[in-house]
Amino acid sequence: MNSLDLQSAAYAQAVALKRRQLWLGIVVLLICVMVSGQIAEISLSKFFHHIGNFTSYFYRIAHLENGQFVLSDTAEWFWGWKKWLGLMGETLLMAYVGTLLGGCAALALCFLASKNITPNNTVVFATRRFLEFSRTVPEMVFALIFVVAFSLGPLPGILALAIHTTGALGKLFAEVVENIDMKPVDGVISTGGSWLHKVRFAVLPQVASNFASYALLRFEINVRGAAVLGFVGAGGIGQTLLEVIRKFYYADVSAVLVIIIATVMLIDAITERVRHRLLGQERKP
Amino acid sequence: MSALSPSEHDTDVAERQAVLRARHAELFKPFYESHWRAIVWLVLASGLFFYGLSSLEITVARIFGGIGQLGKMVVLMLPPDAGRFSFYVYAMLETLAIALLGTLSAAVVAFPLGFLAARNTTINKIVQFSARRSFDTLRGVDILIWALIWINVVGLGPFAGVLALFMSDLGSFGKLFSEAIEAADNKPVEGVVSTGGTSTASVRFGILPQLMPVLLSQVLYQFESNTRSASIIGIVGAGGIGLILSEQIRTLELQQMSCVILMILLTVSVIDYFCSKLRFAIIGKGAL
Repeated sequence: MNSLDLQSAAYAQAVALKRRQLWLGIVVLLICVMVSGQIAEISLSKFFHHIGNFTSYFYRIAHLENGQFVLSDTAEWFWGWKKWLGLMGETLLMAYVGTLLGGCAALALCFLASKNITPNNTVVFATRRFLEFSRTVPEMVFALIFVVAFSLGPLPGILALAIHTTGALGKLFAEVVENIDMKPVDGVISTGGSWLHKVRFAVLPQVASNFASYALLRFEINVRGAAVLGFVGAGGIGQTLLEVIRKFYYADVSAVLVIIIATVMLIDAITERVRHRLLGQERKP
Repeated sequence: MSALSPSEHDTDVAERQAVLRARHAELFKPFYESHWRAIVWLVLASGLFFYGLSSLEITVARIFGGIGQLGKMVVLMLPPDAGRFSFYVYAMLETLAIALLGTLSAAVVAFPLGFLAARNTTINKIVQFSARRSFDTLRGVDILIWALIWINVVGLGPFAGVLALFMSDLGSFGKLFSEAIEAADNKPVEGVVSTGGTSTASVRFGILPQLMPVLLSQVLYQFESNTRSASIIGIVGAGGIGLILSEQIRTLELQQMSCVILMILLTVSVIDYFCSKLRFAIIGKGAL
């Protein structure tokens, strides 16, 4: 056997091993899918039997009570636009206040969760676990609990958003802080600066635009979140949406959905522009 | 250096400071002059914040009253009570099943559609544009809303949850996949074509090897996030552990509720851990 044969044999072996791993993975996945299908009560016959309901649902929400297409009479379609836009405004305000509160908490905590700024390992560990807890519990669960404690209304929704935002942004902020250039920090320390000086003059200028960009992204996510918090009574337009869906006011469902989707898309477009400008600013100097 | 008397030294320093001041004039402007933009933004932002607080009827009294109430609830939650443990475990398995099937079915359907929505592989501009907008719309509707719609179609239960996750993930995957396809390097394709490969071969050996690790890691990431979503869609009746959770909180069975929350946290952490291991293995292989 010459060396070429040996090499090709080794190659064939390596490929065969990879193939075996792939097939094993596929078999395991298929077994998981079969078991999940049983547990989740998947029934294709039910699906195909009722799929007509899905298309007819969209047909129904696209038509007014009198059977006309919604666009033929937009005044009738959006009869409650004042109320709905007010609720959407409330939803946006909830998202804003929640993002701001959570962002401020994240800003305060992220330095404590970064190893390069906080030398005390216990503090870093404790802060990280706290942030992890606040982002692992879904905000809906917080909202459910807060609705009982703080009674119905936007307040429990805002607090739920704020806590989740603290966890999510705190982690991202800490990652940014851990990747900064340490030379300015050394410079501030060498002039005798305190911990606060270090953060204010060495760290913040490096991370501010990134922080703002992440916070805007979070605001976008929170607008979507706030729109459904009303499902559990935590304020915003969700409560109305749940009502109109449950009571089969079909045209209202589409009207409220259009308002939500349009607002979310508008916010997405605006924040994307601002974020591009922010990140562009960072690269310029 | 010539020896200077103390007073001469002082004037020298003052002179040099004056020179520095003149050279970096913008750094020595008063604070309000150099930071006026930031100040205006700060005032506007806090103005909106306080307007929000007042219009949403948030008062200090309500907050402190609620915190007191919350403290009482936390005391009542302890210790967690695992009375119907097997029941909870089954609900948790149902949650995982919903997440797995929703993610997987959406990934399978989004894979071919992603090629239609990518600039470099689409049929024509109109198809690409409409595919993109459809994905945006699917994503724009929250999972809980999709769940409510599907409950009208297939009835209450986990099947509606799977379909809800499917709809919303289809939007996310369509966008992510098409972006990954657009980012793929065209040189391997040219290489395959130059050796006489067909267009199928150029996709199989030119694009797929670049794409697969990226797509798989996105699917794993989505599965993680879907485990969280699937644990709350039960709130509107679409299966999983969320139904138990919302019932317990309505009937104030707080000890059982804390047990269920702990189970959700544990499951989510375990899934996160394994997914990140798996993702690392896949991306590591792809990078070689």
